[in-house]
Amino acid sequence: MSPEQGNTDEDGFKEARYESRHVHQVYDKIATHFSATRYKPWPIVEKFLNSLPLGAVGLDMGCGNGKYLNINPNIFILGSDRCGRLVEIAQQHAASQDVVNADIMDPPYRPSTFDFALSIAVIHHLSTARRRIEAIASILGLLKPGGEGKALVYVWALEQRTSRRGWDENSNQDVLVPWVLGKQFKESQPAETDSFPQKTANDEPILRFYHLYKKGELESDVKSAGGKIIAAGYEKDNWWAVFDRA
Amino acid sequence: MKLLTANFLSCAVKACKSSPLSFPLHFKDAELASKSVPYNPILLSNLLPRLDWPALVTSSSELGFTLPQQKPEITPFTPTSSEDGDAVMSGAGEEDEKTLRMLHKVLMETEVVEGKMVCGSCGFEYGIHQTVANFLLPSHLV
Repeated sequence: MSPEQGNTDEDGFKEARYESRHVHQVYDKIATHFSATRYKPWPIVEKFLNSLPLGAVGLDMGCGNGKYLNINPNIFILGSDRCGRLVEIAQQHAASQDVVNADIMDPPYRPSTFDFALSIAVIHHLSTARRRIEAIASILGLLKPGGEGKALVYVWALEQRTSRRGWDENSNQDVLVPWVLGKQFKESQPAETDSFPQKTANDEPILRFYHLYKKGELESDVKSAGGKIIAAGYEKDNWWAVFDRA
Repeated sequence: MKLLTANFLSCAVKACKSSPLSFPLHFKDAELASKSVPYNPILLSNLLPRLDWPALVTSSSELGFTLPQQKPEITPFTPTSSEDGDAVMSGAGEEDEKTLRMLHKVLMETEVVEGKMVCGSCGFEYGIHQTVANFLLPSHLV
């Protein structure tokens, strides 16, 4: 379902195009509705943010509506999202924090500078293992070296038999998941590229790409990217890992 | 976008990362606004050691603020609890307090509403529109 894994620049271009259609353009359409359904912080993320030293400076890469920006008032978080509409929403939540429009694959930040980085429910939207590992490597490169900077990453799990999705370890890992827009959340249509015809006018589901992580896969990707796992686990249909630069 | 944020940004183009010219990005045609933000000396005083001061002096002067050439030395504040359980601040004499108030105004409350940030290495201009800085690269630069 995702593009075949490739190694050339041309493959990278195809993969980016695929994500543009099945991730970026989707969030542009569903931003307001999505934001209205995302308000409860996940306990492990909250605990991570509250464990940081006073004055810590870090990143929330793929911050969505910015629900993690105000958990700890004594740190500075620079949030970013690929979706411009979500950046606008997140900025409204961020008094002492800030949010910019950026892509995790091309982060506009000083290398080796940050005390921490979050990437919650983002990496699973990248369509090949090569790009997922590249994204984790890009996060690692922004952290302070020598174990001073640490990252927390969350991805959707394949093993979620008890969720309403019902996937288990034998399901396909690369899936398109429909998002049905409530009528009140229809976005005014932004200018579209010709690759994505405007046929979502009614209640036709909008499809988002996910790579569902299986047990051990996130840790393995972190190691491939040059990271060292500090802690990892499973929380409510998701795999998470805290890691630093090896 | 806050003035503070400029201290943590550099050019998104991979080839620029190794160039010292890619940080800080340089403000151009900036329109500013002042946005009220709750004053938090605990955050500010502990953030101070993490700032690249020469870069901050440059960014500030591009936006019309003059900061001292040397980073102010301020004892970091720590939250402590008073007897009735309210958080109180420790640290800070009058002089530190004055400096932190000034930094709060410049770093936290100064918003760039419209304008550009230019990379000193490749010359690419990143737009800031309605307070949102856009670092998405056109496909030929990815």
